[in-house]
Amino acid sequence: MLSNDISVILPELLLAVFAMASLMIGVWSKKQEAVSNLILWATAIIFVVFGAWIGLSPEGTSTAFNGAFVNDGFARFSKVVMLWGGASMMVLSRDYLLKNDLLKYEYPALITLAMVGMMMMVSAGDLMALYMGLELQSLSLYVIAAFRRDSLRSTEAGLKYFVLGALSSGLLLYGASLVYGYTGTTSFTAISSVVTLEGVSLGLLFGLVFLATGMAFKVSAAPFHMWTPDVYEGSPTPVTGFFATAPKVAAAAMFARVLFDAFGEAVSDWQQILVFLSIASMFLGSIAAIGQKNIKRLMAYSSIAHMGFALMGLAAGTEEGAQSLLIYLAIYVTMNVGVFAFILNMERDGRPILSIDSLGMYSRVAPGRALALAILMFSLAGIPPLVGFFGKFYVLSAAVDAGLIWLAVAGVIASVIGAYYYLRIIFLMYFGEQTEGLNGTMPAAHWVFLGGAAAAMVLGVYNLFGVESIAGIAAATLIH
Amino acid sequence: MPTIILFAPLIGAIIAGFFWRLIGEKSAQIVATSLLFLSCALSWVLFFGHYEHSETHTIMQWLESGSLSVDWAIRLDRLTAVMLIVVTTVSSLVHLYSFGYMAHDDNWKEGESYKPRFFAYLSFFTFAMLMLVTSDNLLQMFFGWEGVGVASYLLIGFYYRKPSANAAAMKAFIVNRVGDFGFALGIFGIFMLTDSINFSDIFTEGHHLAELTFPFLWMEVNAIETVTLLLFIGAMGKSAQLFLHTWLPDAMEGPTPVSALIHAATMVTAGVFLVCRMSPLFEYAPGTLHFVTIIGALTAFVAATIGLVQNDIKRVIAYSTMSQLGYMFVAAGVGVYSVAMFHLFTHAFFKAMLFLGAGSVIHAMHHEQDMRNYGGLRKKIPYTFWAMMIGTLAITGVGIPLTHIGFAGFLSKDAIIESAFVGNSFAFWALVVAACFTSFYSWRLMFLTFFGTERGDHHTHEHAHDSPLVMLIPLGVLALGAIFAGMLWYEDFFGHRVEEWFGTAIYTNHETNHTLHDAHEVGPWVKASPFIAMVLGFAVAYWFYIWNPERPKQLAARNPGAYQFLLNKWYFDEVYDFLFVRPAQHIGRFLWKGVDGKTIDGAINGVAMGIIPRLTRFAGRLQSGFLFHYAFAMILGVVAIITWFAITGGAH
Repeated sequence: MLSNDISVILPELLLAVFAMASLMIGVWSKKQEAVSNLILWATAIIFVVFGAWIGLSPEGTSTAFNGAFVNDGFARFSKVVMLWGGASMMVLSRDYLLKNDLLKYEYPALITLAMVGMMMMVSAGDLMALYMGLELQSLSLYVIAAFRRDSLRSTEAGLKYFVLGALSSGLLLYGASLVYGYTGTTSFTAISSVVTLEGVSLGLLFGLVFLATGMAFKVSAAPFHMWTPDVYEGSPTPVTGFFATAPKVAAAAMFARVLFDAFGEAVSDWQQILVFLSIASMFLGSIAAIGQKNIKRLMAYSSIAHMGFALMGLAAGTEEGAQSLLIYLAIYVTMNVGVFAFILNMERDGRPILSIDSLGMYSRVAPGRALALAILMFSLAGIPPLVGFFGKFYVLSAAVDAGLIWLAVAGVIASVIGAYYYLRIIFLMYFGEQTEGLNGTMPAAHWVFLGGAAAAMVLGVYNLFGVESIAGIAAATLIH
Repeated sequence: MPTIILFAPLIGAIIAGFFWRLIGEKSAQIVATSLLFLSCALSWVLFFGHYEHSETHTIMQWLESGSLSVDWAIRLDRLTAVMLIVVTTVSSLVHLYSFGYMAHDDNWKEGESYKPRFFAYLSFFTFAMLMLVTSDNLLQMFFGWEGVGVASYLLIGFYYRKPSANAAAMKAFIVNRVGDFGFALGIFGIFMLTDSINFSDIFTEGHHLAELTFPFLWMEVNAIETVTLLLFIGAMGKSAQLFLHTWLPDAMEGPTPVSALIHAATMVTAGVFLVCRMSPLFEYAPGTLHFVTIIGALTAFVAATIGLVQNDIKRVIAYSTMSQLGYMFVAAGVGVYSVAMFHLFTHAFFKAMLFLGAGSVIHAMHHEQDMRNYGGLRKKIPYTFWAMMIGTLAITGVGIPLTHIGFAGFLSKDAIIESAFVGNSFAFWALVVAACFTSFYSWRLMFLTFFGTERGDHHTHEHAHDSPLVMLIPLGVLALGAIFAGMLWYEDFFGHRVEEWFGTAIYTNHETNHTLHDAHEVGPWVKASPFIAMVLGFAVAYWFYIWNPERPKQLAARNPGAYQFLLNKWYFDEVYDFLFVRPAQHIGRFLWKGVDGKTIDGAINGVAMGIIPRLTRFAGRLQSGFLFHYAFAMILGVVAIITWFAITGGAH
C-alpha cells in the first residue's frame, strides 16, 4: 500500500527532497554566489521538467493515504500551470536578484518548498492535507516576502503578510473544526456524502463560510484583499511576480476543489458567498487601481479584479464554470509573466523605477517593448480579439448559463471601469508627456517572455493553443 | 455573352476608378468607354434574338439560408433584352459625350483629377443598372436597385464643393429610402407568402395569392394587393412619381450627362420595368393597378403643369421626364405592359437626346442654364438646334394622324392614350391635357432658346459655338432612334406581334384584360386627340413666344396666384418641409442634444468623472497601511457573510 501511495505523490516527494538537498548544498558550499546561481537554474529546469512529466502522465484519478491526496486531471492541470509559471518567474528573477545582491540559494529553495505546498493544496482530498499544504506554502511565502532583509518595506510586507495570514489560517481552521464537528470527518468524499444525506445544517454552513473566508484571503478576494497591495509593493519585484502567478492558481484551484469535492451538493449555498466575493473583488480591484501611481500596486489591484472574474466562473457552480476558471487562470498567468518581465526591467540609470508616469512616450524609447506591453494591457483589459477577452468571455458565459445574469452584467461593468487604468498605461506610452523616462536595456531572456506572452495573446485567438479542451477534461474530473 | 455585357462596365469602372494613375487619365476614359461600347454591341446582338421563353444563365450561388436560396443569375427574355439595349446604348453614348462635356470644368481647380472618377461612376452605374434589369430574383434586383441609388447619389453630388449639389444628393437618397422601404417590405411579404424570391417560383403563384389574405397592421388584407402595392411604392420612389417625386428636379444639380443617363433614360424607368417584370403578380391585383393608373395620370398632369413655367432648361426637361414616366405607369396600370415598355424604349432615345442637347446648349453658353438668358441660338449652334428640334418633334408626338408614320413619341404616346381610353377615362383626359402641356413647354423651350432675340450676357452669346464632334455624334445616333424607333418596332410593342415578340416575359390575364385588343378598336377622335392637343400646345407656344412675347408676362401678372403655384411646383417641397423635414429635424435635435448629449453622455460622464474618482479616493483611504485596519476589514467581511446566512438561512 505504501509503495502505491509513494508513487502517487512521487513528484511532490522528489521536489521536497530537491529543496532540502539544495539547502544542504548551499550551506556547505564555499562559493555562495555561483552555487546559488546554479541552484536557481536547476530549480527552473526541474520545474519545467516536472511540469512536462505531470502534464504527460497518464489520465485517470489516483488517490493516496486513504484519499487525503488526490491526483486527478484537475490537479494536474493546475500543477502544470503553477510549475511552468513558477519556472518562468524563476528565470526572470535572476538578473534582478543579481543586480540587487539578493541572489541567495535560499530563494530557489523557498520557492520550491512553496511549490510543494501548492501542489499539495490542489491535490488535497482532506481538510488536514489541505491545511498542511497551505501552511507549507504560506510560511515559505512569508519568508520570501521579507527576503530583502535590509529593506524596511520588504520586512514590513513580510510581517503584515504573516500576521494577516495567521489570522486567515485561524479562520480557516475554525471553519475546518466546525465542519468536522458537524460531519464527523475531514475527508472531502465523506463530507460530501454527509451533505448529500443530511443537507447543510446551519453549523456546517458557518464552517463553510469560515473555510471560504480563509481561502478567499489566499486568492486575495475582497474584502480579504487588504494585504495584497502592501505586500506586492513591499516585496522584491521577482517575489511580487511570483505572488501574482503560481500562488493565485493554487489558491483558486484549492478553493474549487473544496467547494466541488466536499460541498458539491450545496452549490446554491456557497454560490451566494462566491457571488459576493466576485462582485466585491471585481469592483474594488477596478476602482481602487485607478488611483495608483506605482505599477506594482496597480498590478496588485489588477490581480484582485482578475481573481474576481476567476471566482465568477467558480460561482457558476457548473462544470462549464470550473472549466472557465481553469482557462482564466492559465491566461492570467501567461499575461502576468509577460507584464512582470517588463516591470523587472523598469529602471533608469540602473535604479528600479516603478512609477507609472515614467512610461511617458515610452514608445519612442523602445517601440518593441512598448508594443508588447500595449498588447498585454489590451489583453488584461479584455479587449477583443485578444486572448484576455476570451478568458472573460468564458467566465461570463458560464455565469450566464448558470442563471447568474446579474453577476455577468456586473462583471462587464467592472471590466469597463477596469479598462481605464490598463488603457492609461497605453495612453502614457504612446501619447503621454515626455518625462525623464526609463532607459534600461532588457536581457534577451526577458524579451522572450515579454514578446512571447504578447504573441500568445494575439496568436492564441486561433484556438487558445488547445487550452480550452484540456481545461474541459480537467474540469470534468473535478465534478462527479 | 450576357455575362460579358454585365461585367464589361464593372471592369471599366474598376479600371477607371482604381487604376487610372497607372494608365493615365485619358486611357482610363477610353477603356471605360470602349468596354461600354462592347457591351452595347453585344446587347444589340441579343436584342435581335428570339425569346419565346426566358433563359437563365447562372453566374454563381449567392446565398443559402434556411429555405432562402438565391443564385446570382441572368434572366434573359424580351424585357431584359429591351432594357439591355436602352441602358447600354444610352450609357455608351453618354460616355462618349462626356469626353467633350467634362473636358473643362470650372468646378475643379487646375491639375485636379475628376474625369476618371466621373467615368468610373458612370460605368459603375451601368453595371448596377444591368444587375437590376438582368436579375433573376428580387434580391438581385434589390442589389441593383440600391446600386443605381448609390451611383445616382455619387453623381448628383459629383460637384461636392457645391452645397446645393450635396443637398440634392442627400435628398435623392433619402426620398428613395421611403420607396425602398416599401420595396423591401414587398420582398419580405413575397418571401413570407411563397417561401421564395426567385421569379420562376413566384410568377406561378399569382393566381394562388389572389385568394390569400394576411394580417397587416390592424386589418386583414388581400395578399397580392398588398405586396404589389408595396412593390409599387418602391417603383414610385425610383421613378419619381407624385408624392415621391421631389428629388428628381433637384437631381439636375449633377452634370448634364448624368441627367441624361440616370435621370431620364435609365434609372428612373426602373420603376416601370419593375411593374412590367412583376406583371404576373400585378395582373391579379386590380386594386393596385387602378392605383398605379391614377398615380401615373396625376404625375403626368402635375409635372406637365409645373413644366409650363420653369425657366431652368434642365428643370423643364426634368419635369417633362417625370410627366412621361407618368404616361408609362398609366400604360402599365391599364394592363398594357408592352406599351409601357414601348414608351420607355422610345422615351430613352428622345429624352436622352434632349438632355444631351440641353447639355450642348449649356456647354456653348458657358454653364448658363436660365432660358431667359438664351435666345436666337439657332444660327450659332445649328447642329444642336436640329438635334433639339428632332427631340422636340419626338416628345410632342408629331406624326400623321390615323397612320403609323411619325416620330417615336407619336407612336408610343398615342398607344398609351388609346389604351388609357379603354382602361380609365380619368387617366385618358389627364394624359390628353398633359400632352397639350407637353407640347407647350417643349416648344416654349425651343422658342426661348433658339428663336427670338439674344437676351442675357452679350459676351456669352458672342462666344457661343457648336460643341465638339464627340458631343455631336451621340446626338446624331440618338436622333436616329428618336425618329425611327417608334415606326420600326410599333408592331412588336403594340401591334399584332406583341404576344409572339414578348413571349412569356410579360403576362396578360386574358380572362380579365382585353385592353390591348380594345385599344385598337377605339374611334378616330380618340386616336386623333393627342395630335390635336399637340397642335394646340404648339399654337399657344407660338403665339406666346414668337408673335407676342409680352403676352406670357401679362398673363402671369394677371394671375399671380396660379403662376406662383406652378412656379413653386405646387408647394410640394414647402409642405414636405413643414410636415416631415422640420419635425424630423426637431426630433433629431432633441435626441442628439437632449437624450444623447445630456442624458446618456451626462450620466456616463457623471459616473466616470464624478462617482468613480470619489470611490477611488475612498478605496485609497481604506488602504491605510495599518495592520489592525486590515484585520478589521477581514473580520467585517466574515461578519457580513455570517449575518447574511444567519438571516436568510442559506438556500433553505
